[in-house]
Amino acid sequence: MRNLKWHLTLIALLLSCGAACAQGIAVKIGVMNDQSSIYADLSGLGGVEAARMAIEDFGGKVLGQPIQLISADMQNKADVAANIANKWYDNENVDVIVDVPNSAAALAIQEIARQKKKLVLFSTAATSELTGNKCSPYGAHWTYDTYALAAGTARALIQSGALKWYFITADYAFGHQLQSDTTKFIKAAGGTVVGSALAPFPTQDFSSFLLSAEGSSADVVALANAGGDTINAIKQAREFNFNKSGKRLAALLMFISDVHSLGLKAAQGTILTTGFYWNLNDATRAWSKRFYARRHAMPTMTQAGVYSAVLHYLQAVKASGTKEPLTVMKKMREMPIHDFFAANGRLRPDGRMVHDMYLVQVKSPAESKGPWDYYKILHTIPADQAFRPMKDGGCPLVSH
Amino acid sequence: MSWQKTAWLVGAVAIAAALPFFVYPVFLMQAMALAIFACGFNLLLGYAGILSFGHAALFGSAAYVCGYAAKAWHLPTELAILCGTAASGILGLVYGILASRQRGIYLAMITFALSQMIYFICVQAPFTGGEDGLQGIPRGTFLGIVNLSQSLNLYYFDLGVFVLALLLFWRIIESPFGQVLRAMKGNELRTVSLGYDVDVLKLVCFAMSGAFSGLGGSLQAFALGFASLDNVQWHVNGDVILMTLLGGLGTFFGPVVGAVLVLSIQNYLASLGGIVTIVEGVVFATIVMTFRRGLVGELQPRLGRLLRAWTRRGAVEQASVDIVPGAKQPTDVAGSRSVA
Repeated sequence: MRNLKWHLTLIALLLSCGAACAQGIAVKIGVMNDQSSIYADLSGLGGVEAARMAIEDFGGKVLGQPIQLISADMQNKADVAANIANKWYDNENVDVIVDVPNSAAALAIQEIARQKKKLVLFSTAATSELTGNKCSPYGAHWTYDTYALAAGTARALIQSGALKWYFITADYAFGHQLQSDTTKFIKAAGGTVVGSALAPFPTQDFSSFLLSAEGSSADVVALANAGGDTINAIKQAREFNFNKSGKRLAALLMFISDVHSLGLKAAQGTILTTGFYWNLNDATRAWSKRFYARRHAMPTMTQAGVYSAVLHYLQAVKASGTKEPLTVMKKMREMPIHDFFAANGRLRPDGRMVHDMYLVQVKSPAESKGPWDYYKILHTIPADQAFRPMKDGGCPLVSH
Repeated sequence: MSWQKTAWLVGAVAIAAALPFFVYPVFLMQAMALAIFACGFNLLLGYAGILSFGHAALFGSAAYVCGYAAKAWHLPTELAILCGTAASGILGLVYGILASRQRGIYLAMITFALSQMIYFICVQAPFTGGEDGLQGIPRGTFLGIVNLSQSLNLYYFDLGVFVLALLLFWRIIESPFGQVLRAMKGNELRTVSLGYDVDVLKLVCFAMSGAFSGLGGSLQAFALGFASLDNVQWHVNGDVILMTLLGGLGTFFGPVVGAVLVLSIQNYLASLGGIVTIVEGVVFATIVMTFRRGLVGELQPRLGRLLRAWTRRGAVEQASVDIVPGAKQPTDVAGSRSVA
């Protein structure tokens, strides 16, 4: 009989612990990205690791209770992403979703977060719509967007005297948008577009487009494409000895993971804009070495962005003493962002996090001193010039 | 026998009605949408023996048409679904006109080419939103009364559509038309010699298959609230073959089981991190090697045998029980009489 009593007490204890444990999570962070498809190197498991590092650096606890991290591979499928996001917000009490590549998936999750009144912090997503027409009080766009990359590259190159431009554009909405955006900056800065070629999407053979670009009077040949197209175009430009023609090759959407897979021999001389480079200063080097020890790869800008976003979110939760989404978001906007990723960042009311961007040139194999030593910094684009001005985005939250 | 079928049906509907309280409703809605899509594909491959490798376009374009009809033309939900279904039915007919005279690999290649054409139209056309997808499709109301923006309401609406679609599918494959399709799969020349116009049959089959795929695509568009390029991409052509093969080619419930299985792998294993596609491959290889006729194709006959054996034993017991009181009865009656 005594035995039975003991057992009952034990069971009661276990049950109460179970209930307490269920309540005992202060904040639940869900990292959703592509871990098995085309964006796996750009973010993927490295992004999850970056979020984990942010939580560890913060101390693992907020509001006196532990922080929980979960992650999912959305396989670069928008429907899978939407399903997971719905389930996370509704059934698993996830407070904030981080990262999210693929613009269709990102825009879908922006809407889901708005409906469910929960937060989402984008890092890998590129579309500037997230802080334009589709902006949301629950969403923040952390690392970069298509506008910042195109504007950064165009303005800086024109300032350096490259006035005549030729476009090789992927023939679909994204490519056209990138070309028309960039053309606006070129014209505003006093440059001209001397020609353009529309390449089907996707293209394996860029030779005819590259030859007509080489025959033009342009100073800069801009690649208004992304991913595999950019890589193919750069490889073939290298085979045509494009860099000897005196024309500069500018990639409007390219990442350090692309450079890594291309190799310096093929990629050398390409000009691009990035939001982060691991070898910028002592702070970035220190963090990146820690990251390297875990992932055996240097961080991309989107992975560093995930760290920065998660850390800033946790600081805001701590400062506001609650995890109520709008209160936390308000705090996130009030507090400046000071970390290795963004020395002087701030979150605007339209959800855009503005920070310095960098115009870089890919080093030649001779200039590179070791593995992952890929970029020469040409120019730092200050935060207030790097991103689209709030009034031009058409975000309904700030228009009145 | 008939009361047993009714009991099964009532039981199944009861389970389906209770399911959203245990499983996430949006997931279930997507599973039903994919199941209808796979059924449409199964009509072509499993019953008529025609392998199309271009069904992604039929599924995905319906999602766009249906979403656009609801969003831009403000059509009610039911009409928008009909629009999507009809569009894919017509597209299926076009597929049939262009491809049905070919067979085997040529037919697969032509349908694949057609689906890639549709894909590139969707990439370029302004109304699809390109890479961003068609976002913010309003779920609307059912007959202007029931608010479908509640996931649970939409689930029951979808469940109704799903059951109707399955009944219709049952009606099709059990009709003389379905018999002729199977005959055509078995031996096309002999079917012709029996006086059937095989070309027309194939066209009708393509159109029906397209319409089912379109219905699936439309339901998915409303369930998720957006339509994206993922649905028209070439890998969906493979996904639907996978679903049909896993479940069981040419079985009634096979594609439904296959759709649920594939979707579950994609959704519930997402937290494993980067090995979802490998798991999918292993599951596919295992099932193809051990369940030659798919899950339902292999398990259904065995379950059926088990069930029959069980009911027979039950019947024997019942009979023996009957005999005993039957034997007693006369004496009882006799006894009562004698008492009286």
